[in-house]
Amino acid sequence: MVKKSNLGKIKGFSIQFLPYSEIRDLGSSERIRKILKIVLENNILILQGKLKSEEETRLIEDTMAMVDHVKNFRGIELAVISGNGSDGVWNKMKKGVANVIVGGDLGAVTIVGPATIVKEIKRNPKKIELMLNK
Amino acid sequence: MVIKVVRNFFTRIFSNMFKSRRDIRLGFYGPPNAGKTSLANRICKDFTGEEIGTVSKIPHETRTIQFKEKVEIEFKGKKMVFKMVDTPGITTRIDYEDFLKYKLKKKEAKKRAKEATQGVIESIKWLDDMDVVVIVLDATENPYNQVNITIIGNLAARKIPVLIVANKIDKNRADVKKIEAAFPEYDVVGISARYGKNLEEFYESVFKLSKKI
Repeated sequence: MVKKSNLGKIKGFSIQFLPYSEIRDLGSSERIRKILKIVLENNILILQGKLKSEEETRLIEDTMAMVDHVKNFRGIELAVISGNGSDGVWNKMKKGVANVIVGGDLGAVTIVGPATIVKEIKRNPKKIELMLNK
Repeated sequence: MVIKVVRNFFTRIFSNMFKSRRDIRLGFYGPPNAGKTSLANRICKDFTGEEIGTVSKIPHETRTIQFKEKVEIEFKGKKMVFKMVDTPGITTRIDYEDFLKYKLKKKEAKKRAKEATQGVIESIKWLDDMDVVVIVLDATENPYNQVNITIIGNLAARKIPVLIVANKIDKNRADVKKIEAAFPEYDVVGISARYGKNLEEFYESVFKLSKKI
């Protein structure tokens, strides 16, 4: 279990990069546990690739359960940046095959941060901004 | 062999009969304060005379799933019976201190936050049980929110028909086109649940989607 004593007393934070290879062989529960463990330690996580849609909802569910049980934990901010959606059929097919081979969408990036640090992740099709709490 | 064919035939007939009798479960999903309950209330009030729940400016007013059974909607001479399912708003963060801004006492705010987290979990658990889902978004807010994308992605994976409603078009800042651009693969209907604006188009889209199931 994660140490929670530092939550809510933000003296600093770090940004942690997690390559997809670190979660590729994990089951959904382990993946989510690993992500939340990093976030609970006041890190902003930049994950190579993205979770499956059912894993994303599971992440929200587990986050809510933790808000209820972990003192000073207020939840997360989450954003997934995927590749260009206007790809042609051929490019989509190529990407699809590549994704099957490596086991995930490596063209995407997932950002997860604790709500006590990340106030908001503003995004539109052209840019993404992390607004931090003072 | 003949007995088996006859048995299968009757099984199919009976199961189809019961399937068609079941009311269509119409879920209202979306972020907090987008107007899910306002829209569900508007529909329920128009067709049953009763509302489904209370609305408030304070986020997370709906913290448990609310139902209204046997809501018969009549549109252009056609009728469909729905079970309306109004769900708590889905979010990734809940801070009781946000409720203090609405002059709630600390104890009340903490209780509301606790109930709200459980409401989010409940909403997600109910995704599987929906026949058609209306995603209610606030047309004055940025639609590129990961929670919206996650919910819609989950519904797509479950092959549940989705209609996106851009609510609050009565407000000056409302931008329906932005929502259409964010979700180009879905039907987007701009409405005002509060003032009952453009509900004809909404009913038409709901009927169209419900026929697909």
